[in-house]
Amino acid sequence: MSVIAPNFKLSEFIKSILDNAFWILLIFVLVGVPAVMFILFFIEMPVINGELLTPFLALTWLADPSRTLPILKAFMTTDLFRIAAFPGFGFAALIAAGTIFVERKMLAKLQLRVGPFYCGKVEGILQLMGDGLKLISKEIIIPAKADKPLFWAAPVLFVATAAAFVALIPVTPGWVVADLDVGLLAVFAVIGFFPIITILSAWAANSKFPFIGGIRALFQMVSFEIPLILSLLGAVILTGTLNLSEIVASQSSFPWIIFLPVGAIVFFITMLAELERIPFDLPEAESEIVAGWLTELSGMMYGLVQLGTYLKLYAFAALFVVIFLGGWNGPMIWPPFPEEILTEGIVAGPVTAHIPGLPVFSQEVLNGILMFVLKTVGVIFFILLPRGVFPRIRVDLLLDLGWKKLIGLAFVNIFIALGLLYAGILGPGGIF
Amino acid sequence: MSTPTLPPGLAIQKADERIMTLNVGPQHPGSGHMRIIVQIDGDYIVACDPDPGYVHRGEEKMAEYRNYVLNIPHLERPVIHDSCNILYPYVLGAEELLGLEISERAKYVRVIASELNRCVYTMYWLAIYGIFLGHSTMFMWPAGDRELLIDLLEKMTGARVTHSYFIPGGVRNDLPANFEDVCLRQVNYFEKRIKEYADVFYDNPILISRTEKTGILTRENAIRLGTTGSVLRASGVDYDVRKKEPYDVYDELDFQTNVLKSGDSYARSRIPWLDMMESCRIIRDALQKMPKSGSVRVKLKPNPKGILGSVYKRIESGRGALGCYIVSDKKPEPYRVKLSVPSFRNLIALPHLLIGEKLGNMPSVYWSLNYWPVEADR
Repeated sequence: MSVIAPNFKLSEFIKSILDNAFWILLIFVLVGVPAVMFILFFIEMPVINGELLTPFLALTWLADPSRTLPILKAFMTTDLFRIAAFPGFGFAALIAAGTIFVERKMLAKLQLRVGPFYCGKVEGILQLMGDGLKLISKEIIIPAKADKPLFWAAPVLFVATAAAFVALIPVTPGWVVADLDVGLLAVFAVIGFFPIITILSAWAANSKFPFIGGIRALFQMVSFEIPLILSLLGAVILTGTLNLSEIVASQSSFPWIIFLPVGAIVFFITMLAELERIPFDLPEAESEIVAGWLTELSGMMYGLVQLGTYLKLYAFAALFVVIFLGGWNGPMIWPPFPEEILTEGIVAGPVTAHIPGLPVFSQEVLNGILMFVLKTVGVIFFILLPRGVFPRIRVDLLLDLGWKKLIGLAFVNIFIALGLLYAGILGPGGIF
Repeated sequence: MSTPTLPPGLAIQKADERIMTLNVGPQHPGSGHMRIIVQIDGDYIVACDPDPGYVHRGEEKMAEYRNYVLNIPHLERPVIHDSCNILYPYVLGAEELLGLEISERAKYVRVIASELNRCVYTMYWLAIYGIFLGHSTMFMWPAGDRELLIDLLEKMTGARVTHSYFIPGGVRNDLPANFEDVCLRQVNYFEKRIKEYADVFYDNPILISRTEKTGILTRENAIRLGTTGSVLRASGVDYDVRKKEPYDVYDELDFQTNVLKSGDSYARSRIPWLDMMESCRIIRDALQKMPKSGSVRVKLKPNPKGILGSVYKRIESGRGALGCYIVSDKKPEPYRVKLSVPSFRNLIALPHLLIGEKLGNMPSVYWSLNYWPVEADR
């Protein structure tokens, strides 16, 4: 006995799908294709094999599949691809989604339960998609006395800031959205933006629990930002540069964590605090202040903040990898591209296909991505682990830890770095 | 007509710019079925007013309209996780009023059921204590290990939580075949599991730094405020009804009471965990000393009438001394049933403990009082 759709008829359902498909195709042909052509006409197009790519040529891949790879490679040189897809937002969002899944399953194994199980047949792998759909379809409720523009802006700004943070991370040689000479300074600037968004959102909600949560977040982030910045200075002293790509390149023989373990520990602890993860999840302490500064956020506003949180988690883990674990450096384990495909083509029965544009990525780039992802996933695992082991810390103990212990340890780290530099062991002109 | 006076928590007080009033509950993840009105100055609690009564069900009045046997299913509702223990004093009192002598085996079966139920309740309490401190593993582990004992109780009584097992005249049915072996095995494994909690929870440095020296209830205050059970024993008072006024066969069993001196919320959270190990000891001892055969139930007349008089019985429940006062006037129904519940008596200490504490200590201090909101409201 179905109560979900009592008047369901398969023929009408198929008819409605065909109707929809017809209208979508019509709109795409009449509006979408001209719009794409129009945009491509004004964009400065790259040159492939000495031939300027025109909008017409860009669409010829529909007729000639062998042109796909050169056009894709040309597209990969554009800034749009870097920002939206590979080292930028898309890549980070993919890792963030994986992080959420792994967090749920790992925590479930730790706590003797199963975790997401039904959604997506295989171990609940589509649970995140289901949660996203639920959040999108929920009503957004805003408190009557809230400051509406600010309240709306906060989740969007949060995601934008997290994405800006992601943009500064070098993933593999030559692949970084913004390769700044003051890369680490830019990281500090972006990190300094998070408490402002938090307190603005908390204040704009005009409610008691978000207000207390916002104040706590402000305490926590401001008092942990100082040890965070100080703990990264050791690597800067030894490399003499603020450019993150150059910091990674300087670790080709050994990662800095060998010489700067104190700095790595301090950075890891401050990272947990900046990410508001257990044991430092005071701003969202459920049993004390409901959900902290997230209390009044509903529907996709909450979803955006969660997306921003996990992007931030990826970015912090990646920063740890870049500064202390040597980024893309590592043993070459990616197999080389088989040269005979370039010279002889792929033999598939009676046909021999020559595919221009191969290889898309070089071996070094692919190995760099692999090393970077492996290290980042490892760091993310250690970020997730305390959630199953520790209870929440208290505000006074947190401030005590931040101001008294971590700052002192960060200075110890700086002195170690200075000692190594002046002893002539490391740094410019050093032994290694 | 005089101006209406509002209850203390709702009264509009002279506004102080620094003081913020927070309504923690009833719609709050950290309150349970009640409300705590706290006033905070910055991060410090300056006033606290617990406001129970959201789940009052009139159990005592309902008991005046049902006969001695029909009272059993509804009297255990206030604490369904500890249903054997909340029925225990009523059943003891009813037996005295009805003039029933119960067999030795029934007494042992009752003790075993009561101790199993104490562990089931304490595990539930511990799970919530864990999640109140933000320790989600400590929420899941007790909730999972509790199933071991729930399975045992299901074998004994036929129901997972609301057992309705104790009746005037013994227990409702005898133990199933081979129960002793299964019980011994499950209880041994359970004891092994709860010893592991020390590694992940009780010896955790963050937990100790958070709960030690917070919400200190001194020995004098604990006695003066009339607290019972684990709260009283955590303050250094060696008082356990099972030892001081032994009922059924507790005087024949080998166990000890756990007493800690510090009186802070860490000690209050540790006592129930230590008590669970004592319960395991009691169960093993009782299984050994129990008569292997015999009747467990006295045949009752239909609609039995009590004698003219009153009786007060009390036992040690999972939260503390639980008393039941029954007045009978030679009718099938009791004239009055009064439950003196430990939850309400422990809650009285809350305002004394919370003032001057930080807001972050509120959940740990509140739940360390071993308080069950539904039982306090009855």
